[in-house]
Amino acid sequence: MTEEIIIAGFGGQGVLSMGQIICYSGVMQGKEVSWMPSYGPEMRGGTANCTAIISDEQISSPVLNRFDTAIVLNQPSMDKFEDAVKPGGLLIYEENGMTRKPRRTDINICSIAAYDESVKMNNTKVFNMIVIGGFLKVRPIIELENVIKGLKKVLPDRYHHLIPLNEEAIHKGMEIVKEEQAVKK
Amino acid sequence: MAESNIISPENLVYEKTSVMTDRILHYCPGCGHGTAHRMLAEAIDELGIQGDTIGVAPVGCSVLAYYYFDVDMQEAAHGRAPAVATGIKRMLPERYVFTYQGDGDLAAIGTAETIHACNRGENILIVFINNGIYGMTGGQMAPTTLPGMKTSTSPRGRDVATMGNPLKITELVAELPGTYFVTRQSVHAPANARKAKRAMKKALEYQKLKKGTCFIEIVSNCPSGWKMTPAQSNKWMEENMFPFYPLGDIKVPEQ
Amino acid sequence: MKELRLMKGNEALAEAAIRAGADAYFGYPITPQSEVIEYLMRENPADRTGMQVLQAESEVAAINMVYGAAGCGKRAMTSSSSPGISLKMEGISYIAGAELPCVVVNVVRAGPGLGTIQPSQSDYFQAVKGGGHGDYKLIVLAPATVQESVDYVKLAFELAFKYRNPVMILSDGIIGQMMEKVELFEQMPRSTEEYEWATLGKKPGKDSVIVTSLQLQSEEQEKVNLRLQAKYREVEKNEVRFETYACEDAEYLFAAFGSCARITRKALDMARAKGIKVGIIRPQTLYPFPVDEINRLAGQVKGILTVEMNAGQMVEDVRLAVNGKTPVEFYGRFGGMIPTPDEILKALEQKIIGG
Repeated sequence: MTEEIIIAGFGGQGVLSMGQIICYSGVMQGKEVSWMPSYGPEMRGGTANCTAIISDEQISSPVLNRFDTAIVLNQPSMDKFEDAVKPGGLLIYEENGMTRKPRRTDINICSIAAYDESVKMNNTKVFNMIVIGGFLKVRPIIELENVIKGLKKVLPDRYHHLIPLNEEAIHKGMEIVKEEQAVKK
Repeated sequence: MAESNIISPENLVYEKTSVMTDRILHYCPGCGHGTAHRMLAEAIDELGIQGDTIGVAPVGCSVLAYYYFDVDMQEAAHGRAPAVATGIKRMLPERYVFTYQGDGDLAAIGTAETIHACNRGENILIVFINNGIYGMTGGQMAPTTLPGMKTSTSPRGRDVATMGNPLKITELVAELPGTYFVTRQSVHAPANARKAKRAMKKALEYQKLKKGTCFIEIVSNCPSGWKMTPAQSNKWMEENMFPFYPLGDIKVPEQ
Repeated sequence: MKELRLMKGNEALAEAAIRAGADAYFGYPITPQSEVIEYLMRENPADRTGMQVLQAESEVAAINMVYGAAGCGKRAMTSSSSPGISLKMEGISYIAGAELPCVVVNVVRAGPGLGTIQPSQSDYFQAVKGGGHGDYKLIVLAPATVQESVDYVKLAFELAFKYRNPVMILSDGIIGQMMEKVELFEQMPRSTEEYEWATLGKKPGKDSVIVTSLQLQSEEQEKVNLRLQAKYREVEKNEVRFETYACEDAEYLFAAFGSCARITRKALDMARAKGIKVGIIRPQTLYPFPVDEINRLAGQVKGILTVEMNAGQMVEDVRLAVNGKTPVEFYGRFGGMIPTPDEILKALEQKIIGG
């Protein structure tokens, strides 16, 4: 199993930490992982992205141009990475703020209204955890318990009381993710 | 009475400090470096810290200072002595660390290192020889060259409108909170040399207290670069350098 | 106990410096390596091991602080990225000339000039040919993983002291910024050794120690140069390190280093899946360069493709090593662009197999 993921959106949406949480969770599950961020001025409010790779084997290239899964959280990211999804791969997009639907017909497409859900939960900070939930529902490559273990590892002790809230957000994401298009792999 | 008869310990009136080696100084006749070296060496000797002192030599006429001071020394790149001294002092905080630098080294190419070492209050002694000229490279204009002064790169005299003003870096570092003791001295006459040595001793004693950077400027001469006899150069220094770079303490520790 | 962690390359490297028993780090922030000094400041190694960390006023000051600390026989390190490394080159030349040990890390970004902060390998020439003025060499280690970033810090200090020579770790923006699993070695004690060449204070009855790179007499300077050259021959004899993969039956060969070797490895897997018998050699030491192994492999394969994130630098050393035995071609992306495995495979097919 190798899952090559690109996560892209605005700086501040928790794009980079989402990739890190997936990688930490992968480590907890005994996988090989690699996380590579975009870095530089775009981190400050512009678009940000990171590549996360989870694999049973040693990971060769940490930077990729084609992905099994693209998680895109704003329109520029959809424009940039829709075409980078491998045929039969997966595109997950956040509904809020998108001005067009994906155009590809040869990939699986899911949408998630994570932002609206985070507002309903009264905490927009869990936005990225909702997205992770949605992703794990469609691609169950990591057990939920390992995600929680991963979170414990990423978060400093003083934030551990927030773990139940994050777990709730993951569950919400799993509930609300919508399959829009399915193709045979 | 045969000459050899007077060479005996009881007749000894002067002895070269053991903190200076027996190597023959390469400095030009009448140059202040030799006396400045000796004053610093005697200060180290009198404090009994020869084995605890590490010096940093500059690039300039005193580039070979490590041949003359009989203490462990490092040779720094041009202008970098305060950074090198910082590296040494941070590793060996109980050692006495000094730099010995000329005006080009300290106040032109090494300005950043000088200002920042002083501003951090590195517990080092900086000895700054200011003779207003680049001696080693053959008499070019220095950052401290006086207005109107002729050098090989200001052959019609330093024109401040195009060549800038002489830099009073000693007054500048005295303004920094990291400096503890800042003084301007000379070594051209015995009384001045003795005073300079007292300042050096004081500075090394302060270093032990870890109060910050001590900075001693020695206004000096350059008979070769100034194209004067040693006596003329000292007179010229008194008449021209001292009015612009007045001798005396600039910053002294509060009592 | 060995520890497994998920860490960023830059942070892992900083942690490795503490664990390797470094005495001092002097640095100046620059993207993409600022995490090194940030991590060290956060970690406050003065409390853990007594290691001193100082943010200098410039890269120039930082390398000269390293000079001062190294002159005292201490394990000193600095890190920067390309423009900052250029600034350090004066000091590195002095350190090589004064025969002092130290570790310099370059997390390379693309140039020339201010360039871009994106990853590159465009400082290969600067690293392996000396970089500053005068005839000297750095020992150059090129990590391809976060793990190697850690292991090479330890190795770099060992080699620096073994040869009394500056060692450069030539990383890049990818290795520095990425996170990977890493096994940290145990904390090593800081050295208490008092080297006879170090300025620690003159010992009674002994000559004072002078640390200098200056010899005004040409006869003396030539002796220094001859001694340096003899040292470099020893380094070339003893310290060549490389990794080969899938070379046993290879008809073609990739040559690549650092992060680019990993991307090339992905292209290799794709080529093998298509039935193309290609292997890879990845020099882990860029100086000394694996001349003999490349020359040996050149006798076996029909062509070599060197892949780099620059306009073609290591390829010159590959050609010297191959010495005409087999065609050597180059594929590279630069300016912060990263070659893709597809591009590399296509280059192999077009330039080597079809060529």
